[in-house]
Amino acid sequence: MDVLELARWQFGITTVYHFFFVPLTIGLSVLVAAMQTVWWRTGDERWLRMTKFFGKLFLINFAMGIATGIVQEFQFGMNWSDYSRFVGDIFGAPLAIEGLLAFFLESTFLGLWIFGWDRLKPGLHLACIWIAALGTVFSAYFILAANSFMQNPVGYTLNPEKGRAELTDFGAVLTNKVLMVTFPHQIFGCFMVAGAFVAGVALWHMMRRPDRDADAFRPAFRMGAVVLLVAGFGTMISGDFQGKVMTEVQPMKMAAAEGLYEDAKPAPFSILTVGTLDGSKEVYKLEVPKLLSFLGTGSFDGQVRGIDSLQREYEQKYGPGDYSPNIPVTYWTFRLMITTGGLAMLAGTIMLWATRKGRTPTSKWLLRSAIVLPLLPMAANSFGWIFTEMGRQPWVVFGLMPTASGVSPSTSVAEVATSLAMFTVLYGVLAVIEVKLLLRYVKAGLPELEPPSDPDDADAPLAFAY
Amino acid sequence: MDLTTFWFILIAVLWIGYLVLEGFDFGVGMLMALLARDDKERRVLLNTIGPVWDGNEVWLIVAGGATFAAFPEWYATMFSGFYIPLLLILLALIVRIIGIEFRSKRPEPAWKLRCDIAIVFGSVVPALVWGVALANIVRGVPIDADKEYVGGLLGLFNPYGLLGGLVTLTVFLVHGAFFVGLKTTGPIRERAIAMGLRVGVLAAFLTTLFVGWTAMRDDTLQVWVVGAGVLIAFVLGLAAANAGRDGWAFVGTAVAIGLLVVMLFAALFPDVMVSSLDPAWSLTTDNASSTPYTLKIMSWVAVAFTPIVVGYQSWSYWVFRRRIGVQHIPG
Repeated sequence: MDVLELARWQFGITTVYHFFFVPLTIGLSVLVAAMQTVWWRTGDERWLRMTKFFGKLFLINFAMGIATGIVQEFQFGMNWSDYSRFVGDIFGAPLAIEGLLAFFLESTFLGLWIFGWDRLKPGLHLACIWIAALGTVFSAYFILAANSFMQNPVGYTLNPEKGRAELTDFGAVLTNKVLMVTFPHQIFGCFMVAGAFVAGVALWHMMRRPDRDADAFRPAFRMGAVVLLVAGFGTMISGDFQGKVMTEVQPMKMAAAEGLYEDAKPAPFSILTVGTLDGSKEVYKLEVPKLLSFLGTGSFDGQVRGIDSLQREYEQKYGPGDYSPNIPVTYWTFRLMITTGGLAMLAGTIMLWATRKGRTPTSKWLLRSAIVLPLLPMAANSFGWIFTEMGRQPWVVFGLMPTASGVSPSTSVAEVATSLAMFTVLYGVLAVIEVKLLLRYVKAGLPELEPPSDPDDADAPLAFAY
Repeated sequence: MDLTTFWFILIAVLWIGYLVLEGFDFGVGMLMALLARDDKERRVLLNTIGPVWDGNEVWLIVAGGATFAAFPEWYATMFSGFYIPLLLILLALIVRIIGIEFRSKRPEPAWKLRCDIAIVFGSVVPALVWGVALANIVRGVPIDADKEYVGGLLGLFNPYGLLGGLVTLTVFLVHGAFFVGLKTTGPIRERAIAMGLRVGVLAAFLTTLFVGWTAMRDDTLQVWVVGAGVLIAFVLGLAAANAGRDGWAFVGTAVAIGLLVVMLFAALFPDVMVSSLDPAWSLTTDNASSTPYTLKIMSWVAVAFTPIVVGYQSWSYWVFRRRIGVQHIPG
């Protein structure tokens, strides 16, 4: 493998792995803050125990998020230095602002929250987790602003003398239409993960020890399930908007998502297409007439461009070359994203129905599905990202810079291969540790409450300490 | 002052923030192996940095992001050129984060031992490698006409670079020991100060060599003056520690680290990375920077938000100002 291929694998592995933790962190920070708020307003101790229980799980997950996140910033410079030179004037700004505005908030106020249980007044302590949660949402906005520029470059001009893109309108970068549809889609996606996680864990406890835990976990379960469903509808609606924007700015990505080779008016939505192995021809298809036209353009008779005609157009525009992404990957990740997200909503609905009016279900299948539930939206998030990033290929910045020109020219195969191997092994080990630890704390169940220590007692033990 | 100079200074400030703050938590991490006698004492050490180490690390992320935004060429050359050192730092920081966060999550001694090893490894490696990297940036590395680093890994192992690494390693250890002295009570506090003083003599010697070498290479008045300031602050810090003035001892090492960064950046300016092949190929604040428009926007953001960040981080240090001892450790 050459440096380009290794660097792409490294980007894919480290980013997808990092992204297992991000949506849960963003969504769960808000849900834990909401639980603590209910406790603060009502004084109901069930919610305090819930806050501490899910708070611990949140922190285990958060630790993995920061440990893997720091690689993301470094690898732009390490593996993609020519990309960094080309877009640094534009891409660097949201990244730096993300650190300054979001990461400082998150880390500092989370530190205050973890260690401040007996040091801060309850209202102030509650504010700390809300501020940390706000930090995670800011972070999502700025990193998506940077990513949206790669999907749909705006607010720049090319400087041929310096060989780079230069920022002309920062406002345009922060209001990129891709960003405007991706940000809500992603945030709803995060809440689906967190809602499914809370609902799955709570239902599992309710069904496993109905006599003891059903009462305590029921409100958390309903909170999680409702968040999952509401966020699910939000994800669908924002995804529909996103599809239309993508059809407009990255028609090739949507054509690949559909396996649509020739222009069609009206265009059908493909439920299943079987193509040849290299993805160049289709051999069987099952489809819903006119639906794709509606999804892509908002009209049942709208024209949708196909891969072949776009390829001809791009060759005229950019010169000879292959301008289509890996079609099987884009086609299947797009479908898997929708399927896993939809299954999560279906499972959530069934679970809500099964627990109506204070019932505690006993079905073995439901217990199993409670275990699988959190994994479904998590998978949907990952498939969505693989789809959108692979669908951008062969461009690193759509229409401006091919991925192959972004890679570091001076780095050697040995260097990238070494780091790829080390990260992959380390990430594998950490995955085992993380999953074991999460399961251990999930199984441990709700904590017993210790009497609150007197804030003036200088020698009281630290409540949430390491 | 033009904006490129302003951003050069701001990036120096971010590095000062990073190395002064994470410097002491690297030091505390190393002391987990050297100072603590039992599990409770190790937990005391860890809890001295517990609420703040994560926020300290963000200074690095912001310094990296700011370099990317303000000097993309610098960011690209440095990060791709120093590939293996940065890989080492990343691996170290990852296992360190996991070690700190997960140590208390299981009771078995074997688990805690593994986490302690991760914390010590994760503190020693960056403390050493950052010094090597910074010294090499100032010394000059092989950079060709395309702004690409062509020196390979071994190019970084030269006496000046290694001395720089030993300086950060030992100074951070002393800085961490004085932080523990400031934040704890009981026998652990006394041992921390004693160890800080012992290592401090070695650190002072190495720092004197390094400062002298840097000043002779650069030979400008400001580098001589700031270099002298580094040594004075460090020695005053040691004297304060010896006199039982914990707060001033920590201030002394903090100022010394801050001035050390100032000295290196002063020796560097107006270059941001020196080419040892041909001075004309060096990256400077002018040829490595972003456009004035980007710098202007970034300046507004930095001017508006940096004071806020400094404000709430200071507040968090204030909230956790109490000294802790083994009696605060639950269980």
